[in-house]
Amino acid sequence: MDGGMVTTAQALVRFVGVQKTYDGEHLVVKNLDLDIKKGEFVTLLGPSGSGKTTTLMMLAGFEVPTHGDIYLADRPIKNMPPHKRDIGMVFQNYALFPHLTIEENVAFPLTVRKMSRSEVKERVRSALRMIKLETLAHRHPGQLSGGQQQRVALARALVFNPQLVLMDEPLGALDKRLREHMQLEIKQLHETMGITVVYVTHDQSEALTMSDRIAVFNDGIVQQIDKPDALYERPVNSFVANFIGENNVLAGTVENIEQGFCRVALASGGSVVAQAVNVAGAGAATALSVRPERVSILTDGQAPDGMNALPAHVQDTIYLGDHALAVLKVAGNGEFMVKLPPGAHAGLSHGQSVSIGFRPEDCRALDPV
Amino acid sequence: MTAAFVAGADASSEVPLKRRLKRAERTRRLKALALILPLLLFLLFTFLGPIAGMLWRSVDDWEVRQVLPHTVAALADWDGKDVPGEPTFAALAGDIRTARDAGTIAIASKRLNYALNGFRTIMSGTARNLKTLPEPGTAKDTLIGINPAWGERATWVAIKGASGPLTSFYLLGALDLTRNLDGAIVAAPEEQAIYRDVFGRTFTISLGVTVLCLILGFPVAYMLATLPTGQSNVLMIFVLLPFWTSLLVRTCAWIVVLQSEGIVNDSLRWIGLIDEPLRLIYNRFGVYVAMTHVLLPFMILPLYSSMRSISPAYMRAAASLGASPVTAFLRIYLPQTVPGIGAGSLLVFILAIGYYITPALVGGAADQMISYFIAFYTTETVNWGLASALGAVLLLATLLLAVVYGKLVHGQQVTGGMKN
Repeated sequence: MDGGMVTTAQALVRFVGVQKTYDGEHLVVKNLDLDIKKGEFVTLLGPSGSGKTTTLMMLAGFEVPTHGDIYLADRPIKNMPPHKRDIGMVFQNYALFPHLTIEENVAFPLTVRKMSRSEVKERVRSALRMIKLETLAHRHPGQLSGGQQQRVALARALVFNPQLVLMDEPLGALDKRLREHMQLEIKQLHETMGITVVYVTHDQSEALTMSDRIAVFNDGIVQQIDKPDALYERPVNSFVANFIGENNVLAGTVENIEQGFCRVALASGGSVVAQAVNVAGAGAATALSVRPERVSILTDGQAPDGMNALPAHVQDTIYLGDHALAVLKVAGNGEFMVKLPPGAHAGLSHGQSVSIGFRPEDCRALDPV
Repeated sequence: MTAAFVAGADASSEVPLKRRLKRAERTRRLKALALILPLLLFLLFTFLGPIAGMLWRSVDDWEVRQVLPHTVAALADWDGKDVPGEPTFAALAGDIRTARDAGTIAIASKRLNYALNGFRTIMSGTARNLKTLPEPGTAKDTLIGINPAWGERATWVAIKGASGPLTSFYLLGALDLTRNLDGAIVAAPEEQAIYRDVFGRTFTISLGVTVLCLILGFPVAYMLATLPTGQSNVLMIFVLLPFWTSLLVRTCAWIVVLQSEGIVNDSLRWIGLIDEPLRLIYNRFGVYVAMTHVLLPFMILPLYSSMRSISPAYMRAAASLGASPVTAFLRIYLPQTVPGIGAGSLLVFILAIGYYITPALVGGAADQMISYFIAFYTTETVNWGLASALGAVLLLATLLLAVVYGKLVHGQQVTGGMKN
């Protein structure tokens, strides 16, 4: 209970048992509990329709929770209109006001707060300096490139020092190179300004690059909330394992569980040892999760002691420059990927029989798909 | 590869890029032109032609020139200071005799009567009493003997003023101006000076109708633009419904609704709010109601289309940045609807300026707009010159408005910052 009090005090944003339904039949967000600490960069990640954007909209005040409460700095904000919440927001298509100049756009949150003219001017100038667009102050949004508009939207959401900044897929409309550049820029702004950011995206690499913590949404439920590396290395269920990064799935049945490890009989015959992460018990179905880089192709067909070994057939090899992928058929899974160092794919040909090996620690037994 | 590039560079130095572009685009432009050619011809014959004809009629002065050619020629050198001399009288006598035989005397006397009230009587009396051509040298005395008006300078100034070929008489008349005996432009006599009033009334009513349409149409357009598509489509049918019935039917419906024994008065009397029927029609009120009703769709549609293009994200963004709903509306939403407000207002105003049938049916005598007078002069008195002049003034005012609007919209687009 004490520990709970501590997190309560530190949390800037708290979702407590929040539910949301639009049609009264089906919940878009189911029992959401989520704490976001001050200064944290939290990403809500999930496929479309998973409830992540609805969650953000409830936080911004554009949607009202059907049930539960949201606290911002320990004040319930369920019934507070959006303009009183002091939350800056960056929208998917920037939503820069087309009839105002860049300068007027950035000044807007300050002028509605009736700040003095000189202070507005000073703050706008420093905000434009921050995004390196001082020279374009008198242009209109339509005259700017996508990346520039994005930076203006960012400046506009930050210029009034809100206690929280929300970003709704802000980089979705940019091309890959610019997107990666902006990811770093936003990350730097977050670190230098110490702002609290809640970021919504469906792009897992974006989430991994930028976030302190990632909440993976699916079907209205937070599947796992963790640091990026933990999410990748230690997914708690099959959805997270499949959604974050490349994943190889092998279906099987648990034979026994012993000291956190279990022996799993594969559907196609043979058995492997895996970490028992999310299995019901002996006899239960499970899906094993192995990352492609954790698998090696055994040259002599002999696995070292304690390592799982399985026979495989080469389906294809893919050259990707800095590495190569071998697509294998393993235990009925025809899309089993193995990551190889560059050049190592040369010796493999279609239909060739090989053996693969992976350690039990790198194989996680999760809920069946 | 390199060779081709060099060759390309050579070609560009011989023929300027601009000309090559033009050549490449020429076929396409000709095809486009061919597509609009039928409409262009149609407009030329049905729109531009009649307008040019109307403008011409407002300055054309042919009647006196045709009927009294010798008089016009004799008056060419007249200084207008004194009653002209014998040769002019002789020419007039000859012209009147010829015209009487040809039966064209009425044409000239009608035109001269516009310039000088009572000229018709002078002409017909003279034509009747001038049995034979006067002896040479006695024309002046004979004519003055028939009607002393021939001995007055004003009579001759009227003929001279109407001798064409071009005249400012009608255009001046349309602006309540006239020329005095010395040819200076002065205000028309009070009993004839009605057109400034009528123009003023026309603009007042049109402006009033425009404002009413804007006030009533804005919320409707907003609702249409913000409702889900299915519902807004149903409502849109109601907005467009008036277009499926005739203007005449809609206007007459208002007579049924607003007359003394009409639905509104009967209902009010029935619930006991009034004892005497209110006068709701055949006055300005009726004109405003009926015209606003008829013109409302022309306001709603441009407003709707401009509002439809405003993403709801703007209002959300404004709210997230701290703007209350009222501030967000005034500073973010409203400015973006300005093109729609401008287009709708201009459309309604220009349509209202030309309204004829609705004020004629539901208005009183003091509510008739300029089109009524144009129709009156065209069909009743066949004074096409004045009708054309009134039309020309109206056209000019409308064009002026369109130009002002164009400038405003252009300015809006520049500040609106649309790319390109």
